[in-house]
Amino acid sequence: MTVTAKAPPAADERLSKPRLLDQLVVRPEIGAMLGALLVFLFFSVVTEQFLSLGGAATWLDDASMLGIMAVAVALLMIGGEFDLSAGVMTASTALVTALLATQLGLNVWLALLVSLAFALSVGALNGWLVMRTGLPSFIVTLGSFLALQGLNLGVTRLVTGSVQVSGMRATEGYESAGFLFASTFQIGGASFYVSIIWWVLFTVIASTVLVRTKFGNWIFAIGGAAQSSRAVGVPVVRSKILLFMTTAFAAWLVGSINILRYASVQANQGIGLEFQYIIAAVIGGCLLTGGFGSAVGAAIGALIFGMARQGIVYAGWNSDWFQLFLGVMLLAAVLVNNMLRRRAERVKR
Amino acid sequence: MTSLIEVENIGKTYGSVIALSDVSTVVNAGEVTCVLGDNGAGKSTLIKILAGVHQHDQGSFKVEGDEVRFSSPREALDRGIATVYQDLAVVPLMSVWRNFFLGSEPTTRFGFLDRRKGREITKKALSDMGIDLRDVEQPVGTLSGGERQCVAIARAVHFGAKVLILDEPTAALGVKQAGVVLKYVAQARDRGLGVVLITHNPHHAYPVANRFLLLKRGRALGSYEKSEIGIEELTRQMAGGAELEALAHELRSVEA
Repeated sequence: MTVTAKAPPAADERLSKPRLLDQLVVRPEIGAMLGALLVFLFFSVVTEQFLSLGGAATWLDDASMLGIMAVAVALLMIGGEFDLSAGVMTASTALVTALLATQLGLNVWLALLVSLAFALSVGALNGWLVMRTGLPSFIVTLGSFLALQGLNLGVTRLVTGSVQVSGMRATEGYESAGFLFASTFQIGGASFYVSIIWWVLFTVIASTVLVRTKFGNWIFAIGGAAQSSRAVGVPVVRSKILLFMTTAFAAWLVGSINILRYASVQANQGIGLEFQYIIAAVIGGCLLTGGFGSAVGAAIGALIFGMARQGIVYAGWNSDWFQLFLGVMLLAAVLVNNMLRRRAERVKR
Repeated sequence: MTSLIEVENIGKTYGSVIALSDVSTVVNAGEVTCVLGDNGAGKSTLIKILAGVHQHDQGSFKVEGDEVRFSSPREALDRGIATVYQDLAVVPLMSVWRNFFLGSEPTTRFGFLDRRKGREITKKALSDMGIDLRDVEQPVGTLSGGERQCVAIARAVHFGAKVLILDEPTAALGVKQAGVVLKYVAQARDRGLGVVLITHNPHHAYPVANRFLLLKRGRALGSYEKSEIGIEELTRQMAGGAELEALAHELRSVEA
């Protein structure tokens, strides 16, 4: 550190133009971008359908359903918390909507609204419990994961006598709600699901909030050092609860897309998906310890998922190989993230 | 002139443990009050009361003449008392300017972060304190321990602190780094802030302080103006004075 009396010039003369590599290395999503490019090129060469519009529509749709959740989970992880109930929540919200619409004859729009309120309260409860008890969110949301799983199956069986709710097509408001959540649009003869638009929209909003707003600054701070943030006046508890509610909101969005697209829902859906969300976020550059990551990165992580999962199908391979791919991807991502973090935290003596 | 902070016969008990009792001192604008003491002497308890983390249960605590009792660090902050803790100063993975503005972010008319303004003000505020960083976009984690303390000090000064409480700012630092931090402490003092410097190193305290408060086992061992005490005497008292001499005598008899 040097001490000078004169005011610094606008651009510091001690900074040479940063090397491209150094500029890139501080971006959390750069690893995911390279990975996505590799996967894209690989399957474009190996299979024929992959690069076609119809093929793209399929893997983009796969990525979008995962991506909406991965982006929300990424925000939560940057804020230093996990939500293991996120996967089951996508089924819970769909079930609430379906049960209200088919069993009570509620208008679909009203059912969706009640379902949203339900999701937000579960998210708030998760957040409140974590902040109130000071326990790791891993344990608290494992509890709500199991509880929701039990509720999904128990209530569905109690009301319908089976483990699935169907018959959404006959309900009032299905058409208009379906247009918003589950319609398709045509590009060059291929039909793309509207969920892709939701995914892009959600990613743009989340990324803007994260990088360009006060609240985004707080998310990084509470994940990086909650005590220090509190000391300078950041509302830690409120911010974290809001992040849990954001994840729940995303789960509601995905659940609504699911129920309106397939018109029926299985009570045991969504189990195990929570790990895919976390994996996509980690591949996208989120640290498991919080305080670092990117919303765009998580969206790209989900894109890699979608491309690989569908690419393996197009290549005619057994889908067992997808798990292997996933494991290797995750390990690679964690190693890269770890290296980046050490670079960022390296103390100059 | 009223003192910025004046505590009189202040005390604090945790259950049956008397952490602090009968301690008095003042903090004036443009002066450094140094609190010295070994581990467990009550230094932390005293600053936690001043910072609003804990409340005192004896004596009086006045800020600019008004009797106060803070219920949260935010209240202390609102009265212009800013505390820089040893390990809790900054968020390592965030950039320097984001750390600088954390909790008081500048926004544009549309509610977005004003990143350009943030960077410029940070750079200017730091250089006003004589801290010249190359790049305020770099993560704070890439700075040295001393520089991190300096960023935290500059932040407190910029956001209008009248009193700066520094908890062991030089504890984990090498000689050169400690010197740099002490220079900024002196700079804050010369800008008219009242500074409370907590340390257990009399060599760090002596050059910058105007007044010394020595604590031992929760009680004031002595309170001196700089003119009343030399560094040898300060060190002797810190180290336990008479006890140390007795120990030296004992050791000599072992050797013999």
